[in-house]
Amino acid sequence: MFQVNNSPCWDHRVSRSFSRSYTTYPQHSSVQLCAFQTLRHSVSSNWRTCTLLTTIAFLICFTSYARLWKITPKQPLKQAIEQANAYDTLLIQKGLYRIQNIVIDKPLTLIGQQFPILDIQFKNEIFTVKSNDVTIKGIEFRNVGMTSMIDWAAIKVLEASNIRILNNRIRNCYFGIYLSASDHCLVQGNDVQGNPKEEQNTGNGIHAWKCDSILIQHNHTQGHRDGIYFEFVTNSTIQHNDSQQNIRYGLHFMFSHNNGYFYNHFHKNGAGVAVMYTKFVTMKHNIFEQNWGGAAYGLLLKDISDSHIEQNSFKTNTVGVYMEGCSRSVFTKNQFIANGYALRVQANCDDNTLTYSNFRGNTFDVATNGDVVLNHVSHNYWDKYEGYDLNRDGIGDVPFRPVSLYATVIERIPQAMMLLRSFTVTLLDRIEKIIPTLTPEGMKDEKPQMKPLKL
Amino acid sequence: MNKITKYVLYDIVRNRFVMGYTLLLLAISMSFFSFESDPNKGLLSLLNIILMVVPLVSIIFSTIHFYNSYEFIELMSAQPLSRKAIFLSEYLGVAASLSLAFLVGVGIPTLVFGGDQSSLILIISGLLLTLSFVSLAFLASVITRDKAKGIGLALVLWFYFSLVYDGLVLGILFSFNDYPLEKAMLVLTALNPTDLARIMVLMKMDISALMGFTGAVFQDFFSTNYGLLVALFVLLLWVVVPVSIATRIFQKKDL
Repeated sequence: MFQVNNSPCWDHRVSRSFSRSYTTYPQHSSVQLCAFQTLRHSVSSNWRTCTLLTTIAFLICFTSYARLWKITPKQPLKQAIEQANAYDTLLIQKGLYRIQNIVIDKPLTLIGQQFPILDIQFKNEIFTVKSNDVTIKGIEFRNVGMTSMIDWAAIKVLEASNIRILNNRIRNCYFGIYLSASDHCLVQGNDVQGNPKEEQNTGNGIHAWKCDSILIQHNHTQGHRDGIYFEFVTNSTIQHNDSQQNIRYGLHFMFSHNNGYFYNHFHKNGAGVAVMYTKFVTMKHNIFEQNWGGAAYGLLLKDISDSHIEQNSFKTNTVGVYMEGCSRSVFTKNQFIANGYALRVQANCDDNTLTYSNFRGNTFDVATNGDVVLNHVSHNYWDKYEGYDLNRDGIGDVPFRPVSLYATVIERIPQAMMLLRSFTVTLLDRIEKIIPTLTPEGMKDEKPQMKPLKL
Repeated sequence: MNKITKYVLYDIVRNRFVMGYTLLLLAISMSFFSFESDPNKGLLSLLNIILMVVPLVSIIFSTIHFYNSYEFIELMSAQPLSRKAIFLSEYLGVAASLSLAFLVGVGIPTLVFGGDQSSLILIISGLLLTLSFVSLAFLASVITRDKAKGIGLALVLWFYFSLVYDGLVLGILFSFNDYPLEKAMLVLTALNPTDLARIMVLMKMDISALMGFTGAVFQDFFSTNYGLLVALFVLLLWVVVPVSIATRIFQKKDL
């Protein structure tokens, strides 16, 4: 049976069909669903026929029902939106609109032409979307004020589905795009730039709370507290985003299971990327770089389990990956280049595998704080490896111990950092390499690669 | 005094050893900078070499030179010249030649390839390190008349400052683990010129972020101009104090 209410007939819960559904189906589909419900009943269950017919039906429907409004800066935008009918399209012309908070409580399409500027002069938030099927495209939002009680945002979505936020510019706003208890939303091609002040006075660039099946792609966030923030978000995809120079984290998520992060670029964030308390995360082809500072990490993983971290690149971070309480996760084909620490694995991590990765030019390859190592390390390339390969199979014959003595000493006595790069330390590390005594016995790569892996 | 310094300087500059030392430093710095694409990393590798080689060469060469020119010193002492003047001009001659070698060997390539604040600090601290180890060498040389003993003492000093001292610090850290040692570490650093030079340079680099809380305390200290001045002053003390003690001994010494 098909649903008659506002929600669309296709099933978004299958994430594979999810992105396609946005591109092939127009957002007014639910109108035609209402209008041609009877038609639907007569049609056989053949899905394709149904789609074809509804598309034709939609075209007829669109011409007769939805209207197109043109709005210029002289007209009050708020009234225009109130007067518009559901499924109307509003073309907002170029210009500066000084507005109050606008609540969108019916399905509308708002399209900005040449980036009209909506300025709220730090008084409130700009759009509060409370309806399904809303599209907001090509608008510049400015000057959302700061509050402690309510998180004011340029675009706030409350308990809605099928929201599309496309190609907007958001400048100097407390929160940028804020999705709350929503599902099946698309946030694409937005450019969110905050005015960096201290951490307390700025919100997140793209914020999602308790959402499901959302797609966030090709966005740029800069100068916010967290570039992208998720809490209780599930089955979502985050890809091709660029998050940089945020005050706290480039990406921050908690309790957000079954999400995928692909081809994102996180750099120069105050504390890098932090992800916590989550299961079934997939992170592939991301770049984490230049997160330098006393408390900065490329990627901080806290209580992450059953996850895949693959083909990412960690360059010039104070700590490439910091793992605490991580279980059953797979790290493979990653690049660790020129980090302070490539990996810091706390002893409470278990059953993780680290394979086929390159470690080059890191001050410390691996540091750990205990003697017990319950993780599996093999087939990595370590530039500090000095072993030999007699049978020429590309795999070193003696195991490599990535934890240096000095790294172990520092874990116990942080003050020993004072001796960084001194001759004594080099000598101690040499001795330890020949006769290992203090470094954890279990932390070794039995099959180190002789040559860097091509990743 | 100037005349003697000039003679000593000419004598050393003509010496093949100092030429060799200059070329060695030049070769090392050039290779590091051309090897590493990032000048900062080249600087870091260079730092390791400087902390090892410069003190060693400075202290050994100065000691040997002092003993080799003993007859010259004796001859000069027969002239109507104060011993202080003879000794100090000898010191200045050796120090100037080695500093020149350092400036040509390390200074020029560093300024050409790096040229930021950290490379400047590297050059200044390397220079002061040279001076202080020459100074220590002169102290070692005046303590004993025996050349072998003198060189031995110089080697022990180098060994102590480059290796043993850090080992001792590590030992102190292990045994007083439970106490807040950050401030104490600052003092401990000041007691060794090589450590002081190393940390001064490290603090000017990215790598300082690695150093955690201790690093932060150091950073607070060294990043301010005041801290930097204090550090430079302490390094200067490491130059002045040994040589002034040596002068005092030399003045009273039975040649």
